Amino acid sequence: MAIQTLDQHTGGRNKAAPRLRQILIQTRFELLLTLRRGENILITLIVPVILLIFFTSLNIATVVNGHAVNFLLPGILALAVMAAGMVNLGIATAYERYYGALKRLGASPLSRSGLIIAKVISILVLEVVQVILVVGVAVTLYGWQPAGSPLLAILVMALGTVTFAAIGLAMAGALRAEITLAGANALFLLFVLLGGGILPLSHLPVPVAAIAQFLPAAAFTQALQATMSNGTAFPGSALVVLAVWAVAVLVIAIRTFQWE
Amino acid sequence: MSANQQTTTQKANLQAHGTRANDEAIVVDNFSKSYGSHRVVDQLHFTVHRGEVFALLGPNGAGKTTTVETLEGYRRPDQGSVRVLGRDPIREAQSLKPLIGVMLQQDGLYPALTAREILRLYAGYFREPQNIDALLECVGLSAAARTRCRRLSGGQKRRLALAVALVGNPSLVFLDEPTAGMDPQARLATWEIIRDLKQRGATVLLTTHLMDEAERLADRVAIIDHGRLVALDTPSQMMGVQNAITVRFVAPSGLDCTQLAALPAAQWAEEIRPGSYLIETEAVPALLAELTAWLRDNNITLSELHVGHGSLEDLFLRLTGAEVRE
Repeated sequence: MAIQTLDQHTGGRNKAAPRLRQILIQTRFELLLTLRRGENILITLIVPVILLIFFTSLNIATVVNGHAVNFLLPGILALAVMAAGMVNLGIATAYERYYGALKRLGASPLSRSGLIIAKVISILVLEVVQVILVVGVAVTLYGWQPAGSPLLAILVMALGTVTFAAIGLAMAGALRAEITLAGANALFLLFVLLGGGILPLSHLPVPVAAIAQFLPAAAFTQALQATMSNGTAFPGSALVVLAVWAVAVLVIAIRTFQWE
Repeated sequence: MSANQQTTTQKANLQAHGTRANDEAIVVDNFSKSYGSHRVVDQLHFTVHRGEVFALLGPNGAGKTTTVETLEGYRRPDQGSVRVLGRDPIREAQSLKPLIGVMLQQDGLYPALTAREILRLYAGYFREPQNIDALLECVGLSAAARTRCRRLSGGQKRRLALAVALVGNPSLVFLDEPTAGMDPQARLATWEIIRDLKQRGATVLLTTHLMDEAERLADRVAIIDHGRLVALDTPSQMMGVQNAITVRFVAPSGLDCTQLAALPAAQWAEEIRPGSYLIETEAVPALLAELTAWLRDNNITLSELHVGHGSLEDLFLRLTGAEVRE
């Protein structure tokens, strides 16, 4: 036992690090933890790319401006955001609570807002990687060219990130870790089928399409499709639906969230 | 420098940094807490002095963890108040958290990070953290530094949680059942670390249901049961309270304690654990003769017999009752 190697001056050396440094180190470890969850890499990075390549190469995909990629890319980007916010953040947070890691952080100098900021930054970093990867595949394999308003598209993605991250956190807060794991994946599959990003909603049975219209996935996808193509009307109603979801789920997430 | 002067210097040092002058390390004042209709802590009242190792001893469900977690800022008292290093643990959390080290009952480690990574993360919250290699060495985890937490044994996780509690050079350390799940060597090593913390002038509040742990480490022990304080004193004073001599013996479980208590020289008798009996007496030879005669007449085997002053464990069991609460 090398106890004597411990500092002899307990009293004066216990000051918290500057807040920014705390957030930076937390962000670094949030990203490291994201990288170490293999299933996470699969659903956030590999699944969107596979969906893009698979459905672009099928001749059943809807063609816009001469190529299926123009229709599929916004929907795939929407699914990537859902995977990063809802599936990745929701499941990770549920298990961190289950392991008591969140509770233990509660007794450290890192503040709650510091932890949340670190998680937000790590999701944004993950989304940047996703966008580079998915758009990179679209450009190199299918010669996709930007259309519409990239700035508006980024704003829509930001609103989508808030909505789906809040869905993930609300599940992590209200449900057991195992249920969150199953539920987030099931919801993701549902959103793949009913989001309108791969199969246009017009292909769905009318009552199903009517319901899907009001789900956050379809609203997000429609808003992204509109802002990423030329000559489309401003997706006002889709953005309203998405914003209502964002507020509602955020309130639920805040009310149900537990640290232990 | 005399030991006394040294303590004074350390105390002055602590006052200058981190703690506020003329404050006790911990003040628990008439603190009550209920979950639903169940009152877990009932008007608890005690004070922990600076530089003291203070043990909260009690059976499972006695309210130890609720008390400690209230001091750590996790729960709000229903009634009464708690002060930690002169601060309100919730309202003044920001200034308090850098000064305290916390070891919860659940280790709270990220399974995907290695032992060293966990310490690097927690070290990052402090301006001048402990040297991580020295800390790993100190808790005996140098060889496991690169092992992911999910592969560590229960005892190793416990030691890592202890290291996490110490990484910020805390003035006050909360240890909730620190040695639970540790093997005997790790337990001894942990005791050494706690003694070392005291040497360095830190205050330690630990909970345990191990009597010998409290007896060996603590300057003062508070025994709580059903959320109420039932005894508070130094271990030696506490054991001195019992003037009677106790006879402990091991025999088959389920013997009739009313018959044992009815032996002429016996004052009190109880089966403190299945098969383990305790009799109090002021006349040892007479009691031994009566006891062995009674055992012989009833054809009962005797496998262990011990005569001596009561231990803290005897006192504990007398105060909190013998029934097992798991």
